[in-house]
Amino acid sequence: MDQKRLKKRLFLNDLFKNLFSLSVVFALLVLGILFYRIIADSIGWLSIKFLTGNLSIFPEKAGIYGVMVGSVWLMSIVVPVTLILGVSTAIYLEEYAKKGNIQMLIKVNISNLASVPSVIFGLLGLAVFSRLFNLGSSILAGGLTMSLLVLPIVVVSSQEAIKAVPSYLREASYAMGADKWTTVRRVVLPVALPGILTGAILSLSRAIGETAPLVVLGIPALLLRVPTSVMDNFTALPIQIYYWTLDTVLTAEYANLAAATIVVLLLILFMMNSVAIVIRNKFEVKF
Amino acid sequence: MSDRETDVREIIQNNIRNKKGIVNKIMPVFFFIMASVSVLTTIGIIVTLVTDAYKFFSAVGLSEIFSTRLAPLRAEDPTFGILPLINGTIIITAIAMLVAIPLGLTAALYLSQFASPRVRKTVKPILEVLAGIPTIVYGFFAYTFVTPMLMSLIPTLESKNALSPGIVMGIMIIPLVASLSEDAMNAVPEILKEGSLALGSTKLEVAIKVVIPSAISGIIASFVLAISRAIGETMIVTIASGSSKAFTFDITRSMQTMTSYIVEFTSGDAGSGTTGYYSLYAVGLILLSFTLVMNLIAQYISRKYREEY
Repeated sequence: MDQKRLKKRLFLNDLFKNLFSLSVVFALLVLGILFYRIIADSIGWLSIKFLTGNLSIFPEKAGIYGVMVGSVWLMSIVVPVTLILGVSTAIYLEEYAKKGNIQMLIKVNISNLASVPSVIFGLLGLAVFSRLFNLGSSILAGGLTMSLLVLPIVVVSSQEAIKAVPSYLREASYAMGADKWTTVRRVVLPVALPGILTGAILSLSRAIGETAPLVVLGIPALLLRVPTSVMDNFTALPIQIYYWTLDTVLTAEYANLAAATIVVLLLILFMMNSVAIVIRNKFEVKF
Repeated sequence: MSDRETDVREIIQNNIRNKKGIVNKIMPVFFFIMASVSVLTTIGIIVTLVTDAYKFFSAVGLSEIFSTRLAPLRAEDPTFGILPLINGTIIITAIAMLVAIPLGLTAALYLSQFASPRVRKTVKPILEVLAGIPTIVYGFFAYTFVTPMLMSLIPTLESKNALSPGIVMGIMIIPLVASLSEDAMNAVPEILKEGSLALGSTKLEVAIKVVIPSAISGIIASFVLAISRAIGETMIVTIASGSSKAFTFDITRSMQTMTSYIVEFTSGDAGSGTTGYYSLYAVGLILLSFTLVMNLIAQYISRKYREEY
């Protein structure tokens, strides 16, 4: 009798272990299918001509050179703005702020800001940057909107990096007669730099793939010139994927163009994440 | 004291007072100003949403807002009933949760209770890749692969429907549920699990009778955060669910969520100053309230019901 019950319990254990593992297998399988489908759709379309050509309504002629330039321009706004804002905020919270209401307010604010849907940031950008500051759908408006969107990521990761700097390093610096700013600049920041950079790259990879805020800003689906300044209109990789996917109803080959653009986008993300991992493993100092 | 000595002392003091003193006074102010940008962002979001939403609410009657008639782009007499959008948002979120919660929770159980350290170490980063893929890619996948596949199973399925983006969004959210509930499960002290194992429980019994009850607050918090994430998700639904404004419970048909309404309306010609333009901010405000309430609930649950060991 007892033997039978034990057998049943062990059987159930094995059964559910396998069932549970199926969930993981399912998720991995979907990931595999997704990659396979996208690569299969892009084969034959992803070529040097595609990377160096300009947009065209004819699928065979279309290239994404201008789109990639647009994404690079966008990042040229996002990188400095988020780094300056994010690292300064983290330094303020960890090094300067007294424990109290203001520090709590900023911390709670940042964690709530991180969970605001990205499309809401688009509305903010539309009302403030596009309309109020009259920046329209320029690179500057898109870049500033995107910077605010990824700001919480940079702040939180920089905070973690600064927190990880042991306090005896700071105390040693003070003991040598250094003042607070010198200590922050010469001791804390250099030690925290790998962690800060890792977070910055991760936030950047979020910004480069984010679509909704840019669509809300009214980035046009027209065949634009390659942008040459931050005040120019532009299109970016995710935007182009969006419009090509929508237009597959009209021209089936647009699906292939979208897939090829997705491959480019994923490769960029993959490279950025690899760099982040290398920085974390190679340069991070452990105490 | 010689003259020379006082000179040196004066120079040093002047140096400290002028150069370093100023920098040390300026930098905290500079950092504080930078830190206040994040607070200003929040204020900016609330002010823009509330002021423009107010213009909308004062232009459109409450009985019209809480109706099922949504035709914002009609040239004459546009109507702005929000219920189709709320209905679409809830239905697609529900489909996503039906996928994400069971799969995410069981994946977390497998990884934290059953998997060997080696399997865990290889599988977890790959699962994280799922979470790192831009949502536009999932939108493409839902529209060009999942929808056609579902159409061969359900012949009545429309090419834009609620089912496909719901399922794909659920898959996208699996890693979120899995990693948050796994964190909660790992926080359960080893002694509780070992005690139960020592009494002769199988791993499954430990998982169900010890780990889940102890970690329940963190697990539920992860579900609530997943719901919040699904409500705010934009590109998958915009691409794969279309823009039908009909009030329907039929998941084989096109539905519009609050997020995709915002995208559709802005990428069209939403003339500044029209009721349609202000309706964007009203929908945005309602969307923000939804996600904010979900996040507060999640924080409340994980704080209030956390077991202390």
